[in-house]
Amino acid sequence: MSGTFVGMPAFPTAARKALEDAQLRSNLNHATHTIRDKRARVVAEVDDWEDLRVAGAAIKDEVLTNLDTYLVRLEESLTRAGATVHWARDAAEANSIITGLVRETGAEEVVKVKSMATQEIGLNEALEAAGIDAWETDLAELIVQLGHDTPSHILVPAIHRNRAEIREIFLREMGEVGTPAPAGLTSSPPELAEAARLHLREKFLRAEVAISGANFAVADSGTLVVVESEGNGRMCLTLPETLISVVGIEKIVPTWADLDVFLQLLPRSSTGERMNPYTSMWTGVTPGDGPQDVHVVLLDNGRTDALADSVGRQALRCIRCSACLNVCPVYERVGGHAYGSVYPGPIGAVLNPLIRGTQSPVDKSLPYASSLCGACFDACPVRIDIPELLVHLRSRVVDEKRRGRPSAEGVAMRGASWMFSDSRRWERVQSGVELGGKALRNKPTLGRIPGASAWSDARDAPAPPPETFRSWWERERGR
Amino acid sequence: MSGREEVLARVRAALADATPTPAPAHVRAPSPVADVADLFVERVEDYRAEVRRTAAADLPAAVADALAGVATVVVPDGVDAAWTSALGPGVARPDDGLDAAALDQVGAVLTGAAVGIAVTGTIVLDHGPDQGRRALSLVPDIHVCVVRASQLVADVPDAVDVLAVAVGGGRPLTWISGPSATSDIELERVEGVHGPRTLRVILVADA
Ligand code: SF4
Repeated sequence: MSGTFVGMPAFPTAARKALEDAQLRSNLNHATHTIRDKRARVVAEVDDWEDLRVAGAAIKDEVLTNLDTYLVRLEESLTRAGATVHWARDAAEANSIITGLVRETGAEEVVKVKSMATQEIGLNEALEAAGIDAWETDLAELIVQLGHDTPSHILVPAIHRNRAEIREIFLREMGEVGTPAPAGLTSSPPELAEAARLHLREKFLRAEVAISGANFAVADSGTLVVVESEGNGRMCLTLPETLISVVGIEKIVPTWADLDVFLQLLPRSSTGERMNPYTSMWTGVTPGDGPQDVHVVLLDNGRTDALADSVGRQALRCIRCSACLNVCPVYERVGGHAYGSVYPGPIGAVLNPLIRGTQSPVDKSLPYASSLCGACFDACPVRIDIPELLVHLRSRVVDEKRRGRPSAEGVAMRGASWMFSDSRRWERVQSGVELGGKALRNKPTLGRIPGASAWSDARDAPAPPPETFRSWWERERGR
Repeated sequence: MSGREEVLARVRAALADATPTPAPAHVRAPSPVADVADLFVERVEDYRAEVRRTAAADLPAAVADALAGVATVVVPDGVDAAWTSALGPGVARPDDGLDAAALDQVGAVLTGAAVGIAVTGTIVLDHGPDQGRRALSLVPDIHVCVVRASQLVADVPDAVDVLAVAVGGGRPLTWISGPSATSDIELERVEGVHGPRTLRVILVADA
């Protein structure tokens, strides 16, 4: 089973550890650059890309500011189409609903399509505790699961593993849980993929229950959409009798016609393809075709907290394409694990504190896990202003500290002295920004002196605060 | 309070001070595509799927060719009998309720399609009578898909328009862009994981 992120160390500690891992760094470097280049090529093919981005943002904003209406509409459409709708306030409630549904079927195992929502709620662990085996079927998720590991990237969760490591994991682990890897397996990617095909086919053909997420949910028709590459999604969505889909309440689009915008934005931003190999769409139950027992769990789990933040609300537009990760100079160096969440990278740095609050050490430090270079905003297909959100959340963290929590001065001074102690650090900060291709852009923050940054005392890219060190210092000392 | 009531109450509370954003005007940029069929073929081939163009009269031969060496091919009920007329005896078999394990023993599937999208090289199945239920075009390892030139559209928004009727009727859709693929191992693309590892598309000129 994949590990959870509960009890993960704060970002600076985890980042330092990740930076020591040369293999991880080289894998990440290769991966992020490859996807970044592909994305740039296919985005350049689309003349009206900017119009599409604006439209994508506008559609999502309209949904979010009328979310109650759309949730009720989606529920009606799904019910009319033969699906059963459940509502979950938080992770525990979602897990108990799903565990109960699986138990009712009598099945002792489920097959799963990669779903960030189910990772977010720790569903695999909850199922395991209930004696139900949950098999991840996406190749990368399978690698993560068999390696007793956590995902490090939204799109390619096993980006931190190279082919030799994957071969070792397959040889060691597959036989423990099903069809073993063929003897003589080499580390060539086609052979490794073939081993996964054989291992999982046995599970697909006998599966009675599947669990998925959804990329989009169409309020008007009740249609759910899963976008994928390998066909494991199609297997899970087609062959079992029971299908349970966990859908975050922000996944709604109003009408079928709105999907045209997102079906153009998502594949190009995500895998850098004109279209991903497979997209499945289903509307409740289709008699004689696919699962006849269809459930949808609508999940809040902190999303309404993000919705209540008038600046933070825009983070709920996110369609989880991972483009912002691939252009981020900080992410490229530390990888996903350091973010302590299933949502890493720039979007994770804002989404986690928004939905989990800014109480834990990791959530407090996340808004500083950025150099504010702005590359993420430029890449984002739904125009989420991540730099603006980071600054907003930093001030939230600082405000909380000033209300009697641990001294901000101490942290600030450490950051500043670290900075001044070695001028090469500053140079590296600047070259890191250039790697993002967007030196300074319209955020005039890098010329300032780093201040209250827990992040800065651990890594190459100190986080500039939303105000100058001098004014901060005067404000803080003059308290 | 039930989960439903509480989630809705939280949403309403969260939006108490929000100004509802109006629905945006729908953008639909025209896609300037000179020759839809040429572009479709080029883009499908980009995914390393095999495409062949044929005249309507030559379709049976093209189908037989695409299925050469295959012992059994499952054929949905709505497929035009002419399509399979050049296959050897006993090769085509109807969908008589094969379960997943039985389908796994079938060599190939032959289907029609609902729409072909030129810009993205995508085939969309709406699982109508000449395409069959979803499992048919999923479990066998070879998928031969016949697309008529009249079914081609330029770009994604055109396809979404055409497919509105099928979705409104509750039909599932499968969008297929090349054979199944993964880039999960060091980002190296490998064709063929769980879906059909071979996709052969036959584009038939309108009679
Ligand atoms: S924030 Fe934007 S770029 Fe990042 S994953 Fe979400 S949609 Fe993609």
